[in-house]
Amino acid sequence: MTYEFYFGDIWKARWLLLDGTLTTLRLSALCMVLSLALAVPAAVARIAGPGWLRGTIYAYVEYVRNTPFLVQIFLVYFGLGMAGIRLNPNGAALIAMTANGAAYTIEIVRAGIVGVDRGQWEAGRVLGLSPVQIYSSIVLPQALKIIYWPLASQFILIMLASSAVSVIATTELSSITYDISTQTFRAFEAYLVTTGIYFALSVAFSAVFSLIFWALFMRRRPA
Amino acid sequence: MDTPVLEMRQVAKRFGAFQALANVDLKVGRGERVIVCGPSGSGKSTLIRCIVGLEQHEHGTILFDGAPIDLRSRTSPIRSGQIGMVFQQFNLFPHLTVLQNCTIAPIKVRGSTRAEAERKARDLLARVGIEDQADKFPGQLSGGQQQRVAIARALCMQPRALLFDEPTSALDPEMVQEVLNVMVSLARDGMTMICVTHEMGFAREVADRIVFMDRGEIVEVAPPAAFFAAPKNERTRAFLSRIL
Ligand SMILES: Nc1ncnc2c1ncn2[C@@H]1O[C@H](COP(=O)(O)OP(=O)(O)O)[C@@H](O)[C@H]1O
Ligand SMILES: [Mg+2]
Repeated sequence: MTYEFYFGDIWKARWLLLDGTLTTLRLSALCMVLSLALAVPAAVARIAGPGWLRGTIYAYVEYVRNTPFLVQIFLVYFGLGMAGIRLNPNGAALIAMTANGAAYTIEIVRAGIVGVDRGQWEAGRVLGLSPVQIYSSIVLPQALKIIYWPLASQFILIMLASSAVSVIATTELSSITYDISTQTFRAFEAYLVTTGIYFALSVAFSAVFSLIFWALFMRRRPA
Repeated sequence: MDTPVLEMRQVAKRFGAFQALANVDLKVGRGERVIVCGPSGSGKSTLIRCIVGLEQHEHGTILFDGAPIDLRSRTSPIRSGQIGMVFQQFNLFPHLTVLQNCTIAPIKVRGSTRAEAERKARDLLARVGIEDQADKFPGQLSGGQQQRVAIARALCMQPRALLFDEPTSALDPEMVQEVLNVMVSLARDGMTMICVTHEMGFAREVADRIVFMDRGEIVEVAPPAAFFAAPKNERTRAFLSRIL
């Protein structure tokens, strides 16, 4: 059996693909920022908060880690609808992705905080620093360095997993690819191109993460 | 007699069923240098850590300038940096420069300006002999230098008393002396000090009193001459015969 590749129709849809790529990029980047912004205070609360809060966060993380992302997406999408919140699919997708990404990020940040030597906390206490000051100036900066690369892989997973939100008719890369494949009957070519785009996005994020690492941790200190 | 800077009254602390401190009474007057020694596990670290609030004692009272220390109060001597502590493992902040290690607390706790805090920090770093390392990171310094930074960092808060928990025990032998020299000079300048150490030469040189602990109790307290020449307690004699 021989298959004749034909990319002509895909090429005609290139601007649509670019649009989808940019939407994926935007959704993923926003999700990473939001996940981290939520996960840092939540991880601190998971360690040092009152019992009811620790329990709630623990339960939430377990829910996310033990149910399929696809089901979570539908739950968020229909849940928002039932609550009378009208959001376009991309908005709902961002919420579902962040709800998922934040939970995994909480676990990573928590491991980082636990990995900072106890003596750091004690030295801060003895100098008179408050718990908030110790976390923000001493513990978290060191934790962030410890977890930087696991966090970076998690963020790339967030980007790749964003393809799942195509089930709620978003306009990110996978939805667009699906549309193109059904309209052109060139599904294989469409997904082949999209594979390349995801791969390129992944490499691009890795490069950006390396740059940020250098800017944060390497610039001022010779090993 | 003046009010002691630090006073422990019947302080007791358990870890589970284990009695780490039992009915400890101790007074430390202004400018006094107290050396604490005793076998491993005798409660020396616990004693220091209770004073600075890193452990919570369940019985007794600890007073600073005659007033019980209330850790919940913003003005407690710990939270305002009036009691400093130097750790065995230095516990410098590895992500901050030496200078930043020394200025973070004065700026954030005391509300000093950066310029003022840095000037003071450079003075104190000069005093411990490492002014030229101010812009390095702790990981770039030797152990002895790191411990001297830790002392300078504590001094930057202008503490009324400085506590040391085996400050030279984590050091290579050739670096012990440079740290002890700094501590001797602090003692000469009248700093109130409680120091856990097994450096008996140092103890003999600076101590006003030596406290010997065993099994969570203060077994014997004596000036150095009497402590070394004529220890009263059997356990003290056994300890001294092992380490001297
Ligand atoms: N956090 C803790 N939990 C349980 N036991 C502890 C803890 N800290 C210290 N201990 C125990 O208390 C005793 C006294 O410890 P410590 O004060 O560190 O002794 P020292 O400094 O004289 O060697 C030791 O037997 C130690 O095992
Ligand atoms: Mg100890």
